[in-house]
Amino acid sequence: MGAQSTRAVRPMPALEVLDTGILTTVQDTGRFGHAALGVGTSGAADHASCALANRLLANPSDAAVLEVTFGGLRVRAREDLTLAVTGATCPVTISGRGAAMNSVLHVPDGAELRLGAPERGLRSYVAVRGGIAVPPVLGSRSTDLLAGLGPPIPTRGTLLPVGPPPAAFPAVDAAPVAPLAADELLLRVVPGPRDDWFHPEALAVLLSEAYEVTDRSDRIGMRLSGPRLHRAREGELPTEGMVAGALQVPPGGEPVLFLADHPVTGGYPVIAVVVAADLPRAAQARPGTRIRFSPRTDRDRCR
Amino acid sequence: MRIRDCADSGVLVEVGDLDEALALQAALAEEPPPGVSEIVPAARTVLLRVRPGEGSAEAVAAAVRRLRPHPGRRPSADEVRIPVSYGGADLAEVARLTGLDERGVVAAHTTATWTVAFCGFAPGFGYLVGDDPRLHVPRRPEARVRVPAGAVALAGEFSGVYPRSSPGGWQLIGRTDTVVWDLDRDPPGLLRPGTRVRFVEA
Repeated sequence: MGAQSTRAVRPMPALEVLDTGILTTVQDTGRFGHAALGVGTSGAADHASCALANRLLANPSDAAVLEVTFGGLRVRAREDLTLAVTGATCPVTISGRGAAMNSVLHVPDGAELRLGAPERGLRSYVAVRGGIAVPPVLGSRSTDLLAGLGPPIPTRGTLLPVGPPPAAFPAVDAAPVAPLAADELLLRVVPGPRDDWFHPEALAVLLSEAYEVTDRSDRIGMRLSGPRLHRAREGELPTEGMVAGALQVPPGGEPVLFLADHPVTGGYPVIAVVVAADLPRAAQARPGTRIRFSPRTDRDRCR
Repeated sequence: MRIRDCADSGVLVEVGDLDEALALQAALAEEPPPGVSEIVPAARTVLLRVRPGEGSAEAVAAAVRRLRPHPGRRPSADEVRIPVSYGGADLAEVARLTGLDERGVVAAHTTATWTVAFCGFAPGFGYLVGDDPRLHVPRRPEARVRVPAGAVALAGEFSGVYPRSSPGGWQLIGRTDTVVWDLDRDPPGLLRPGTRVRFVEA
């Protein structure tokens, strides 16, 4: 054996994926500046929980995290790592011992972090001090499931490299977090941009009736079931740009609420748009959740 | 010009036709409204997105109202030549639909000046508008499950190049080796809004 093999090479810190649950993706704040080329923003669906996880660890706000859909993630620390789990409320264990959400977690080399099925919410976020350091694509480490852009979806055995820790140190051990809604959610909307494509009563229906999140929901959009929203005009809308939070109404009349991986453009009219501040809560709505929509008030606008 | 709300996430500016949409894009490129994070041009609209906290939809709407787009103006950008091997699966059908023969379709497609009006459908897919209305053909009655990357196609008033293999309903008239979408290139898309395109027979 030559000298080379005896030299101690310090391995890069990493998270070894042991199980991903239904779906775990790498996400950050999203991909900006390429929408005119047809590239969507993507990014953490509940960007507030993602930001909190990074803040707890004193990471830069655009550090990449894991977005875990309905629990089931198991990862092993390669090197001593500092982690935080936020978002959907789920049982967290480190090598079998209970650990707190929304707090700074020290996970020693070889220990296993496990997320159980959430009691409330849909998407949990696992941040690591230093961020997940997979190569960025077009300036972002977000996986866009619609466009097929960004880091590959982690599977069992994936080694996720962890970046160098930031200069700043965590300022608090834990953050207070308001509990997620159990089974009914109120989201504020602004009518438009295409409310004039619908019968006047359609908007009244949207603002008074409850809609249920169906299981045909993903990071692209939540398909809702409830009273149909009838169009006032026939014909095709020329394809136009879409925003996250748009309530797009396909010919069937039941709205789709666009989330992080929504198409950049679309050809069905949007009757109303959910205000940006309410999108993180929307992204935590699991199938079966009832959603009510209320008009944004002037007081909301001043905040 | 009509400005439509997208809550606090942006404003959708609607104009009468594609020419006005291109003139609006040109005006927006010359005087970008403050706080806009993304501009998404489309056939009759331009969406201006804002990131809450970094810009306000009201301020963007006010800036757009002050714009005076010049009719006929195009968003200035590059010019590219795309060599095409004509002979796509739908070339004969396009010849029938247009009343031109196959050579006539090739001549019209290579003579026209094309401009990327907007992108969509997939990253890097540019909707190109030309100046020869004889080439306006309907989409295929049935979409293909798989159209290969580099396919050159027509549909409606548009021509396009498929950036990667995908389903598609456009009429295929040829194919090119030019890579229109490359993640290792900056910018990754060759066909950006405003880019002028000349197709040449390979």
